[in-house]
Amino acid sequence: MKKKLATVWLGGCSGCHMSLLDIDERILEVAKLADIVKCPIVDGKPFPEVDIALVEGSVTSDEHYEEILHIRKQAKVLVALGDCAVMTNITGMRNYFPLQDVMAAAYTHSPSNDGEGMWPNHAALLKLHGKVLPLQSVVTVDVVVPGCPPSADTIFYVLYELLNDRMPDLSTAQKLKYG
Amino acid sequence: MDKPAAKKILISPVTRIEGHAKITIALKDNGEVDQAQFHVNEFRGFEKFCEGRMYTEMPTITPRICGICPVSHTIASVKACEMIQGIQPTYTANLLRRLMHIGQNISSHALSFFHLSSPDFLLGYDSDPASRNIIGLAEKFPDVALKGIRLRKFGQEISERITGKKIHAMGIVPGGMSYPLTIDNQQALMQWIPEALDAVQTGIRIIKDFHAANADMINSFATSPTMYLGTVGPHGEHELYDGLLRFVDAEGNVLQDQLSPTRYLEFIAERAVEWSYLKYPYYKPLGIEKGIYRVGPLARLNVADRMKTPLAQAEFLQFRALGNGQPVHGTFFYHYARLIETLAGVEEAAMYLQDPEVTGTHLQTFGRWNNATGIGASEAPRGTLFHHYETDDSGKLTMVNLLIATGQNNPSMNRSITDVARQYVHGAEVAEGMLNRVESAIRCYDPCLSCSTHAMGKMPMQIDIVNAGGEVLRSLQR
Ligand code: SF4
Repeated sequence: MKKKLATVWLGGCSGCHMSLLDIDERILEVAKLADIVKCPIVDGKPFPEVDIALVEGSVTSDEHYEEILHIRKQAKVLVALGDCAVMTNITGMRNYFPLQDVMAAAYTHSPSNDGEGMWPNHAALLKLHGKVLPLQSVVTVDVVVPGCPPSADTIFYVLYELLNDRMPDLSTAQKLKYG
Repeated sequence: MDKPAAKKILISPVTRIEGHAKITIALKDNGEVDQAQFHVNEFRGFEKFCEGRMYTEMPTITPRICGICPVSHTIASVKACEMIQGIQPTYTANLLRRLMHIGQNISSHALSFFHLSSPDFLLGYDSDPASRNIIGLAEKFPDVALKGIRLRKFGQEISERITGKKIHAMGIVPGGMSYPLTIDNQQALMQWIPEALDAVQTGIRIIKDFHAANADMINSFATSPTMYLGTVGPHGEHELYDGLLRFVDAEGNVLQDQLSPTRYLEFIAERAVEWSYLKYPYYKPLGIEKGIYRVGPLARLNVADRMKTPLAQAEFLQFRALGNGQPVHGTFFYHYARLIETLAGVEEAAMYLQDPEVTGTHLQTFGRWNNATGIGASEAPRGTLFHHYETDDSGKLTMVNLLIATGQNNPSMNRSITDVARQYVHGAEVAEGMLNRVESAIRCYDPCLSCSTHAMGKMPMQIDIVNAGGEVLRSLQR
C-alpha cells in the first residue's frame, strides 16, 4: 500500500523544503511510493495520520508547540529535518536575548521605523516563546537529519529508505554534515 | 459555504494548530468592507541577535533568513560589508555573483509559476484541491511539470556548479568570490540554455493563453494603482544585481532616479502594526496613506526603460503595451512579469557564461574595517532588499536593519485583498469563490514565505469577518 507522507515547516527559513525540492525529477518517484498528504506546496487539510512526517524548523511559539505535539500523535516516524529542527541553529540565536529586546530591535529601534507604530499583538498572531526549542526537547524524534540544509541526495536517501520500511543509516560523514 | 454564524465568535481549535494564513476583513457600520488585514505570522529576530557579532559573519548568517532567496541576502550583505571596507569586487567575481543571483531568480520564479501557480491555470481554480499541485500537474500535463521542475533545477545548479552547494552556498565574500568557475562547469551550464529557454517559453504560452481566455477577470483583478520601486542600470535598463533605485508614481512619472540605496532612509519609512509581524513600509515623502508602493517583478518592469536581451525585450514591449503608456497595475500581471524576468535571466546567463573572464581566477580584493556604516541592496526575486549595518571600530555590529522585499509589498497585498473583499463580501454575505480569489491575490505577490505565512501551496486559510465593533460575524476556513 502507498505510504502517507507529510512535510511541515515550523520556525525555519524554508531552505530545508527547498532542498527537498532539489531532489528534482525524483519527486515523481517519491509520489509513486507515497501520497504527499500535507506539505507547504500541496494542500491545506487538517493534519491526518501519516507514516512519515518530515519537520523543518524549531519550535518558536505556542502554535508550533501545539503543532509538533499533534504531529507526534499522527506520525509513525517523525524526522527532524535540518539543523534548526535538530539543534535550533540560526533560529535559536535569539535565545541569548530576552524576547522583549528582540522585539524592540525590530519594532521600536529600527532606524526606518516612523515611531508611530505598535508592537504586534493580536488574537490571530502566534505567541512567541522566550526560548526557541529543538524538536527533541518537546517530542521524541525518530530520525535526525542534520545540515543547513541537508543535501537533496541525503533527503532523498532518507525518504527512500523510510518509504521502503528501512531505517536510514546516516553514519557516513558526508550525510552527517553540519551546516 | 456554511451558513453565516452571525454575532458568534468562532475560533476553531484545529486551525490554531494548522498554521493557517489568517485574514481579518473589517466591515464599516453600513456593512461594507472597510479593510482587510493579512496577518503575517512569523518573526525571527535577526536584527537583535546579530548585534555584537563581527560584520563579516553576516554574509553567512543572513541567507538563513530565507531558503528561497538566500543569494539575494548574501549579495545585499556583502555589498554592505564592501562599503564598510571601502572595496570593490573583481570583474570575474561580479560575473559569478550575477550568475548565481540569476540562477536563484530563475529557480524562485520557476517554483512560483510552475509548482505553485500553473496548476490553477491548467487544472482550473475549481479542480480538486488535493491534486491541484505539481504532482497532480505531472499526472495531467507531465510535459509541463517536468519542464518546470527542470527549469528550477537549472537555476539551482548554477549555484552548485560555482560553489558546490545549492542552498546557503558559501563563497560569496566581501571583495569577491572564493571559488572560480571551472571550464567543465561553464560548459555544463551552457548546455542547459536551449532547454531552459524552451521551458520559460512554455510558461509564457500558458500565461498568455490564460490571459486570453480570462480577460475580464484578469483586467478587473486587484487593479488599484500604486507607486513602484525597482533597480535600474545606468541607462534605465532592467537590473537585479547592481544599479541604482528608481521610484515611479502611479502614472509612470519618475519621482526619483539613480538613487543610491545608501540613501534609503530618506525615502522609505515603515510602521509597526498591531495585527502583523510584518511592518508597513511606505514612500516617506508622501506619507503612509499616499506613499504605498510595490516592488518585485511587476514593479521592476514598470520602472525599467528596457531589458538587456532581445527575447525579453520583445516580451517587455508587449507587457508595457498593456498599460497604455502608464504602469501596468493589474496584480495578476505579476505572473507575466515574473516569466519575462525568467526569460531575461536565461538569456543573460548565456551572455555572462560566454564572457571569457567568467572562468578567470582573479576572484577577490581584500580590505579591512574602514567605515562604521554599511548599506547594501539587491533585487531579490520578490523585490528590493536592503541590509543596513552599523559597526564599532572593532568591526562589531551595533545595529542591524533589514528591509525585506515582501515587507514592502505588505501594504499593497492588504490592499489587493481589500479590493477582492469589496467585490465579494457584503455584510456577513460572502459570494462563492471568495476564498479562491483572496488566495490568488496573495499568490500573485509570491510573498516571501519565510518572512511571512509558511503557506505556499493551497494555502490553508482562515478569514474572520468582523463588524465595526470588532465582533466576529463569520469565520471561514479551509
Ligand atoms: S536548517 Fe538551515 S536551511 Fe533548514 S530551515 Fe534552518 S536555516 Fe533554513
